[in-house]
Amino acid sequence: MDAFEQLGKTFFDWEAMVAVLPDLLTVGLPNTLLLALASGIIGTIAGMILAIMGISRNRVLRWIARIYTDIFRGLPAVVIILLIGLGLGPVLREITGSTSPYPLGILALSLIASAYIGEIFRSGIQSVEKGQLEASRALGFSYGSSMQLVVVPQGVRRVLPALVNQFISLIKESSLIYFIGLVASERELFRVGNDAASNTGNLSPLIAAGVFYLCLTIPLTHLVNFIDTRLRVGRKQKPEPDDPAAMIPTSGGVRA
Amino acid sequence: MKTIESGTLTGKGLHLSFGTNRVLRGIDLHVERGTTASVIGPSGSGKSTLLRVLNRLIEPDQGDILLDGRSVLKDNPDELRRRIGMVFQQFNLFPHKTVLDNVSLALRKLRRMSAEEAREKALAQLDLVGLRHKADARPGNLSGGQQQRVAIARALAMDPEVMFFDEATSALDPELVKGVLALMADLASAGMTMVVVTHEMGFSRNVSDTVTFMDGGVVVESGPPASIFDDPQTPRLRSFLSDVL
Repeated sequence: MDAFEQLGKTFFDWEAMVAVLPDLLTVGLPNTLLLALASGIIGTIAGMILAIMGISRNRVLRWIARIYTDIFRGLPAVVIILLIGLGLGPVLREITGSTSPYPLGILALSLIASAYIGEIFRSGIQSVEKGQLEASRALGFSYGSSMQLVVVPQGVRRVLPALVNQFISLIKESSLIYFIGLVASERELFRVGNDAASNTGNLSPLIAAGVFYLCLTIPLTHLVNFIDTRLRVGRKQKPEPDDPAAMIPTSGGVRA
Repeated sequence: MKTIESGTLTGKGLHLSFGTNRVLRGIDLHVERGTTASVIGPSGSGKSTLLRVLNRLIEPDQGDILLDGRSVLKDNPDELRRRIGMVFQQFNLFPHKTVLDNVSLALRKLRRMSAEEAREKALAQLDLVGLRHKADARPGNLSGGQQQRVAIARALAMDPEVMFFDEATSALDPELVKGVLALMADLASAGMTMVVVTHEMGFSRNVSDTVTFMDGGVVVESGPPASIFDDPQTPRLRSFLSDVL
């Protein structure tokens, strides 16, 4: 067997790939999606709270948000996952009686995601022109209502591409959950592929898992590009020029 | 347009500093109900800041603000601002909402109108500014002049007792200025109480009842348009007028 054949066998052994497919589809894929979606949703909610705290006029709230963000953005994901997964395991077991570290995996991913998403939201909210808040306040809306109805919706819209990018990161980072030890039915894509690779001494199952990741992430990447273009260019519609003749309402009102 | 029964606005001895920068240094301004007061002066004279202090977007350091003779400084500022409409130089329409929603938002959320009621009222206001047919458009798809007229409709929808215009035509292309000024003149002649910060000297002279000239955070001169424009008393006003006219 020459070197090329050897490489082909190692990476592209069809039989090994086909053999791992059922597990990837029925175990790996649902778990990866569950981990990414759950932590994405929790991270988005917590991130919004962090962003609001981060721009608050209350210095203490700002500091809490700052410190939280610095820590969870500054540490490697695997460190957080291990510390949370192993450190809080006994606590969780005492409360719920369950030995599964799965919820802790979601928690760790959510903590990381919220730090990044909080910064994304904060930058988006702060990019909204000051005049928007001013116009809303001038109509008689309170600061809170103005943020909720006018400023935050615009800020969030601007950072949708960054938000989808963050979700792509989560899909990939969910593979790190394998560090905290999962039972067979809880394995995500990477772990399923890795187990099969260890059992067969062949890397093809990992390639198969990789293809699954790409099937998730590539469409999302293109979604980002689509949203980005849409946000920058807008829907195709041109402003029409004012028609001076038609636009002056002639009420001819008498001075009161 | 219905006659408005209230709206006499008075600012008394208003002071405001940003750090060491004294932006307003004891401003007195009185606008009788149903009249239009224009405020003119060079850039940085504090005109736009004065408007924001009068509706408490910025709280004054000192002085009093009275609406119909009663001080409003102890009131909830949000309540005060519902009684004073404001139109901005940069329009500040909400770009994520349709023209109709821009006008009806405050009606639904602050006036607690039903969606249908708010819609009717908003459409009527858009009619008034000649833009009912743009109700479903986004502000970004309108010209500057159209956006400003929507902004005026948005402010009018709240049935304000007083309207503020902060250089409402300064950001418009020259050919669009006329339409907005005509609309403002219509409002004035319909009896709206208005405070108009403007660089449009023609408007100031022809439409307003009183003109106030500000410079360096103080009122330098104030009076009917004829005396301000034809018989300026101070060198500062004379030199300003010779620069802009």
